[in-house]
Amino acid sequence: MKKVGNHKSFSRIFFSLALTLSLSLVSYSQDAAMADAPVADAAPATGGDAAKGKELFNANCAACHKLDAKATGPALRNVAEKYEKEWLYKWIHNSADLIKSGDALAVKVYEENGKVAMSAFPQLSTADIDNILAYTSEPLPVAAVAAAVPGTEAQGGGSGISNNIILGALALVLMMLVVMLFLVGNVLNKIAKANGIEAPVKEKSLPLWKAFAKNQFLMVVTAILFLLVSAYFAYGYLMQIGVDQGYEPIQPIHYSHRIHAGDNGIDCKYCHSAARVSKHSNIPSLNVCMNCHKNIAEVAETTATEEYSKAFYDEQIDKLYTAVGWDESTQSYTGKTSPVKWVRIHNLPDFVYFNHSQHVSVAGVECQTCHGPVQEYEIQKQFAPLTMGWCINCHRETNVKVEDNEYYTKIHEELSKKYGVKQLTAAQMGGLECGKCHY
Amino acid sequence: MASNKKYWKSVEELDENSSIVETLRSNEFVEQIPVDEFLGDKENLSSSSTSRRDFLKYVGFSTAAASLAACEGPVVKSIPYVLQPEQIIPGVADYYATTIADGFDFANILIKTREGRPIKVENNNLEGARSGANARVHASVLSLYDSLRLKKSKIDQKDSDWNAVNAKIKSSLEDAKAKGESVVVLTNTSASPSTDTLLANLITKYPNVKHVVYDAVSESNALDAFQAVYGVRALANYDFSKADVIVSVGADFLGDWQGGGFDSSYAKGRIPKNGKMSKHIQIEANMSLAGAKADKRIPLTIANQKQALVKLYNVVSGASVGTSKIDKYEADVLKAAQQLKAAGSKGVLVCGLDDVDAQMLTLAINNQLNSEAFNTSNAILTRKGNAKEVNQLVSDLKAGKVHTLLMSGVNPVYTLSNSKEFVEGLKKTKLSVAFSMKEDETAKVASIAAATPHYLESWGDVAITRGNYSIQQPTINPLFDTKQFQEVLLSLTDNATSYHDYLKSNAPLNGKTWNKAVHDGFVASEASALTATSADYAASASKLASAKSSGMDLVLYTKVGLGDGQQANNPWLQEFPDPITRVSWDNYVTVSKKDAEKLELENWNVANGGLNGSYADIKVGNTTLKNVPVIIQPGQAVGTVGLAFGYGKKESMKSEMQVGVNAYELYANLNSNLSASISKASGEHEFACVQLQKTLMGRGDIIKETTLSTFVKENSEVWNPTPMVSLDHKEVPATSVDLWESFDRSTGHHFNLSIDLNACTGCGACVIACHAENNVPVVGKSEVRRSRDMHWLRIDRYYSHEETFAGDVELKENAHGLTSVIGTLKDMEDPSENPQIAFQPIMCQHCNHAPCETVCPVAATSHSRQGQNHMAYNRCVGTRYCANNCPYKVRRFNWFLYNKNSEFDYHMNDDLGRMVLNPDVNVRSRGVMEKCSMCIQMTQKTILDAKRDGRQIKDGEFQTACSSACSSGAMVFGDVNDKESQIAELAEDKRMYHLLEHIGTKPNVFYHVKVTNDK
Repeated sequence: MKKVGNHKSFSRIFFSLALTLSLSLVSYSQDAAMADAPVADAAPATGGDAAKGKELFNANCAACHKLDAKATGPALRNVAEKYEKEWLYKWIHNSADLIKSGDALAVKVYEENGKVAMSAFPQLSTADIDNILAYTSEPLPVAAVAAAVPGTEAQGGGSGISNNIILGALALVLMMLVVMLFLVGNVLNKIAKANGIEAPVKEKSLPLWKAFAKNQFLMVVTAILFLLVSAYFAYGYLMQIGVDQGYEPIQPIHYSHRIHAGDNGIDCKYCHSAARVSKHSNIPSLNVCMNCHKNIAEVAETTATEEYSKAFYDEQIDKLYTAVGWDESTQSYTGKTSPVKWVRIHNLPDFVYFNHSQHVSVAGVECQTCHGPVQEYEIQKQFAPLTMGWCINCHRETNVKVEDNEYYTKIHEELSKKYGVKQLTAAQMGGLECGKCHY
Repeated sequence: MASNKKYWKSVEELDENSSIVETLRSNEFVEQIPVDEFLGDKENLSSSSTSRRDFLKYVGFSTAAASLAACEGPVVKSIPYVLQPEQIIPGVADYYATTIADGFDFANILIKTREGRPIKVENNNLEGARSGANARVHASVLSLYDSLRLKKSKIDQKDSDWNAVNAKIKSSLEDAKAKGESVVVLTNTSASPSTDTLLANLITKYPNVKHVVYDAVSESNALDAFQAVYGVRALANYDFSKADVIVSVGADFLGDWQGGGFDSSYAKGRIPKNGKMSKHIQIEANMSLAGAKADKRIPLTIANQKQALVKLYNVVSGASVGTSKIDKYEADVLKAAQQLKAAGSKGVLVCGLDDVDAQMLTLAINNQLNSEAFNTSNAILTRKGNAKEVNQLVSDLKAGKVHTLLMSGVNPVYTLSNSKEFVEGLKKTKLSVAFSMKEDETAKVASIAAATPHYLESWGDVAITRGNYSIQQPTINPLFDTKQFQEVLLSLTDNATSYHDYLKSNAPLNGKTWNKAVHDGFVASEASALTATSADYAASASKLASAKSSGMDLVLYTKVGLGDGQQANNPWLQEFPDPITRVSWDNYVTVSKKDAEKLELENWNVANGGLNGSYADIKVGNTTLKNVPVIIQPGQAVGTVGLAFGYGKKESMKSEMQVGVNAYELYANLNSNLSASISKASGEHEFACVQLQKTLMGRGDIIKETTLSTFVKENSEVWNPTPMVSLDHKEVPATSVDLWESFDRSTGHHFNLSIDLNACTGCGACVIACHAENNVPVVGKSEVRRSRDMHWLRIDRYYSHEETFAGDVELKENAHGLTSVIGTLKDMEDPSENPQIAFQPIMCQHCNHAPCETVCPVAATSHSRQGQNHMAYNRCVGTRYCANNCPYKVRRFNWFLYNKNSEFDYHMNDDLGRMVLNPDVNVRSRGVMEKCSMCIQMTQKTILDAKRDGRQIKDGEFQTACSSACSSGAMVFGDVNDKESQIAELAEDKRMYHLLEHIGTKPNVFYHVKVTNDK
């Protein structure tokens, strides 16, 4: 995999330059289309409050039902039109009883949906159910059409008259000016020649570089400076070998920490649970992904960004389903799996011992301290240099979290007396000793 | 002066008319080089698609491309589970209780697994467990990853599947039943109640089936005697902690005698407490581990041992069976007999003579003593072999009487002395099946080689003793297409249940639940003592008394390393130096010095530090074993020689591991006491011996040793003096002088390791445990010979020059004058004929003022506050200054890359073998120094666990690989800053001393003075 460098921004400039003129019209028209999209607030046919219904739906039903797709249970859009309201009340309050009573319709529904029993919701009043039904009866928002507008084309100039375009235009003007200057100079020279006017010839003095070369002192100083500077850069170059700070490989599945940890606020250790107890912070196994993605088969409209469309994200979820062997149509595992081969980003050398649980559970260090603002990362990258100097520095500066930990009671008391400090750093606790990390 | 010589290119030049000479003058070559052939054809050349320039371009671009590609860092893939098993957390070890039962070694153990791979064996320390894993048990985890295992069953040497194998066996059994011909099932001692039931079921279904139990190293005579007296085919159990006087006649009870596992109870009684410790008298021929620990050792021939046993019987029981005199040691034997008698129920006798009468007398004496240490209620069930039945089987086979032969866990073609007859008979059977983990000698000649799993992949149950029911559970999925013998038995008896279910429903759990039993690994129960029936002991005694030796006695024995040889392809065990001879990668005949001189057999050292020896031919009956390497063994009884089993194996062994000679060839009638003749053979053998200096040369401060009476009577300054050094021309205690400012270690943990020289039996379990825990590489025979062995922990063995070490010190002190001193010292290099022996485990001493640290130019080795001497491998540049400056010589240098290197074709060279590596410890590379780290990965883990739980650390939680493997309690590890801990107490003990204390290194490893019972 390649490191993704700065070429993206260059390409963006070129792209903008090329597209500025040709696409600006398109983007305007697109904005117009968005504005014209009808807002879905059609009056509910059943008389319930759709807004309240949405809340209730998300709280009670969304674990198993979606509006427009089959999940554990069937899709619920316009369910009120399919069945009698009274029957629906009974079904929702206690479907099992209804099936047991031998209600033909209930048995049919039960069997149609793979004999998966639906939980009873006796706590929902009929008004609540009305509200929910009102929500389900809302027409499919036409806004979804917007998804059909090709997002990829517009990516470059999507933001209207951007700075890039202005800069591009200015560069163009400047270049034209330079060319014009050159042309004017040529023309003037020609005219002068034609008119026989001799331009005054400058007297040639000693060229600067020759004068410089003759001055020995300057030469020596420059040579020393040159050597020092090259040594500085050579050192810098050598020291970054093996340091992969900023390493941002392309992964087999485009997994966005921004969506999971950022937008949805999922705790890091929900997925990376081993970090609490193990030296490794595990890459979550796919069954952990499926805890949520059994129900989340597509991303919300609002999740899509300029750079990545909804279709793109949905495709990533499909990749997960393929890997874990989940058949969406039957809502079951096929048993055919193909493990995901992630590209490892943080890779300490074998001679370094690092233990996550020591830092995460004992010291209470935030994951972000070493891994950066992960919740903002669209693509995960290496935030810290992971060099020994970086480790040591933190050990020198960080105080040991001794509160409420009986292990530290005695040792802290004795050591703090010895060093005459109130708070001990990890280094004072022995965290700089070679053998603590190398064995 | 310039030379006028003229050199001629050829005779041709003499001929002035020769055209060749003329041509050569102007041209370099006689003929034109035919360049025109390929350059002359211009047309062809120009039409060629690749011109010279193009070629150079291609070379240039491809080199550039290759070097550019090399600039990019490697891409590491990380593949998580699809469905993570609930109990596996990457990076966290799981432990499973199981039981090893391979027919030779039996023990309750724990298996440490990482990410589903078993990587280490630990002792099961639950109350009532039969623990005490020896070196072989610790190494058995590596045998799981043996790359030469049988991966698929074979029918007539061709790969086959289990359906075909099952069908073939079944039809053969049916055929035999129809014809009324005999079927024999030949197994090792499985000690498995469920297997016995399954075999009984098989016999019910096929009444023509007969079950024969065959132990490669037989205890048949002891079993016969016990059966005659108690009616049960078992072996008596012994609790040596209850004995004040222990007399052993030829029994290496600290080794593999009757299954071994007695060292922990023995060691308990050997630590002087309240001025008392047990007295141990050893009468034997070979120098054994037990003999090395004895207070009094009497080297006797087999015949004389029998006489001695009768004398003991006479004294204890008051009988008067006539015996002949034992020349030199008559008085010693009689004294031992008196002491045994005086001890009464506090005395115990053990006997290793391979003679049914001797075993009868042993039972008689112990019964007469009413010995507390002797125990039948918990009798040992791990040996059941019957030599007579095995011999009968061989003659039946030869007569063509056996229709079908099923073999499980045995390798008779390798282990039988009459294996040629066996193979001959095997060919006469209609079907022979070898259930085996390896395609060994037997599996090669049997018609079916059925692949069985390793015990770590199997379910099973084992009754190790009468009061023990142990459970074997798999710790990994079978690596290959294998099936347990029991599964096949079930299918042969048309039982559709799996062996696991069968086991679960039939296990006698004594009130425990199945899950609890599997969790603990065993169920303990009480069994009542067996009652002895009367037997004609007098007849046995008089039969023994008439024993006379003829020729040389050959005593066959098993070594701590290889045992019966089933793990011969295990590089850890091959490289493990024998505790007594310190020779690895070999077996050899041990000869006394006197006999060696008579037979002109020699040992000598060569310039590169290697030990060489003569060869000898050993003849027993009509069998001759040729070219057996000779080791001259101090303490070997004159008139006897010893030879170890387990070597000389060839089939499915890596070539490096095909070492030694096969002693089974001499094992006639499965009797280990044989009459042999020995003669010198030509040639010299190169040994891989890790210790060439045999004696301490009277340096009493390395192994401090005293007698019990001195220990009790005198002040500790007498028997454990503080070494003195000269400071400002005054003698001061070495502990009071220091070159360095001492580091304050009073806060936090301060680790110390205590080694009690009284309790250490030299068994070597710690050495193998250290190998497994710390990824110590195996270097091979030729490297060991060059003293490049990598053992982080070695057990030094010293002989005394005089009868005792104290005698050595005295001798040295009494030598005055230059010539006398030189002469004495020269003499002292030779050990005594019957020396005292001491074992001393040595690992990095973790000096507080370490000489190695001050000389490291790159500060790769440094000290910690916790007392451990750290070694940062990635910092080491390999100057080896540290090793040179280490007074204890514990540092090891990686002269080569020992992993993924076909020059060192051991477990680290194949993918399977590398699975045993501990992921928490670095695998060192070439050019790096390494040494014992005091298992810092384990101490750090203990600390981290406590921090995470937010609690103090309890005593006993800190362990190292060696201390947790030590079942005798000789090694104790802990935090001396915890004043209530056992280690803190041991550090204050008066027996405590540091090694080479006078050089002021202040080690964190300390020893306890060895005390011998002189009473």
